[in-house]
Amino acid sequence: MTAREPAASARVSQAWDVLHGVLDPEVPAISVTDLGIVRDVIEHGDGLEVIVTPTYSGCPATEVIEQAISDAIVTAGLGPARVTQRRAPAWTTDWITPEGREKLRAYGIAPPGSCASEATASNVQPIRLMARNVACPRCGSAQTERLSAFGSTACKSLYRCVACREPFEHFKPI
Amino acid sequence: MTTRFAPLPTTASASNAVASTTTESIVFRPTPQQAYLMRIGDSCLIHAQRLAEWSGHAPILEEDIALTNLALDLVGQARALLTHVGKQVGFDEDQLAFLRNERDFVNFTLVELPGRKAGRDFADAIVRNFLLSAWMNVLWARLEASSDAEVAAIAGKAVKESRYHVAHAADWVVRLGDGSDESARRMRQAVARLWPYAAELFETDAVDTAAAESGLGPMRVALKAEWDAIVAPVFAEAGLEIPAAGAFRSTGSRGVHSEHMGYLLAEMQVLQRSFPGGVW
Repeated sequence: MTAREPAASARVSQAWDVLHGVLDPEVPAISVTDLGIVRDVIEHGDGLEVIVTPTYSGCPATEVIEQAISDAIVTAGLGPARVTQRRAPAWTTDWITPEGREKLRAYGIAPPGSCASEATASNVQPIRLMARNVACPRCGSAQTERLSAFGSTACKSLYRCVACREPFEHFKPI
Repeated sequence: MTTRFAPLPTTASASNAVASTTTESIVFRPTPQQAYLMRIGDSCLIHAQRLAEWSGHAPILEEDIALTNLALDLVGQARALLTHVGKQVGFDEDQLAFLRNERDFVNFTLVELPGRKAGRDFADAIVRNFLLSAWMNVLWARLEASSDAEVAAIAGKAVKESRYHVAHAADWVVRLGDGSDESARRMRQAVARLWPYAAELFETDAVDTAAAESGLGPMRVALKAEWDAIVAPVFAEAGLEIPAAGAFRSTGSRGVHSEHMGYLLAEMQVLQRSFPGGVW
């Protein structure tokens, strides 16, 4: 995540506090800052600019998130705000904060592992590459199996815990 | 003779002319660089349209979700490219997607070939998805070094998505190719049907040359060796033979499409054509 600059104005600082409360509409357990998609908040003469990096190319929540961010800033009396996209560098699940990962787990979604461990998986390997060591977010068991590589949203796959038999979602590392 | 209906006018006059309920098509003359990006964007878009036809119809629920997930990524990639080109020519992504005529779409013929609705086999969807995903994966990796910063940024995201597209498609190629006698037979048929259209993915023309010279992106032919390196081992594991090269060349990327394209566009564009400017 972009570190908050020590010299950031009170307005920018307050904006970050507001953004901590803006939830991802598809995973309403974590905020946009937990997700690591807010890259910067810049104060201009006429308002605040919030720079976000989209998660997936086709994520249908992108527009909703941008609107929610803008609304939250305005509602907090810090507006007007405009949200701009910064595509590069591409978002990665490595940007999800430790706090965000814990919130995901508590919500019943197994958080993603680090991308570095996945990157070694070659393109040419037929996908038998199940993410390893996905611990059950409920009972903590490592005895889990993947049911489906794709799930209810682009960012998740579906697993089942062999120990407690509960199905759960896994936030895919990307 | 009396009639309940007013006679049809033989020519439209000011008093009885009716406003057209369809939207006029848009036309623009792309530069070679713009045409290069539209080929990629259109191929993503039309491939997504075909994949989405499986929504609610795939053999198993998990695959239903998978194919539509892939389609969603592809729509996102197409949106990014169409928006990027659109900004240069004064149109938005929706106008480019929904208001161009068939002749102005420059997707590869491979992606427009019949999908589920025309009774094609699931094997066709799998083989096409594999051949195209592998190509996109190789292309996106190269486009990360594009001289166009926006294209490089789009590629930086898309290349990650294309990795699991290829992996998913390859998994199915192996599962079905090395599956039952029946699944293997259908896969062989699908490969025989679709392979001739893969040649277009590696053709060379002035658009490629201009793109390569300006550093925008690679010539298609330059992707062939890497594509082979993905396709060959998967086919080998699946027990499928790679067909010999033939003389047939499809021409979708030059705007000359198969007979299937018009029907696809009719379905894809009908809402914007019927309700001009309609938004969600």
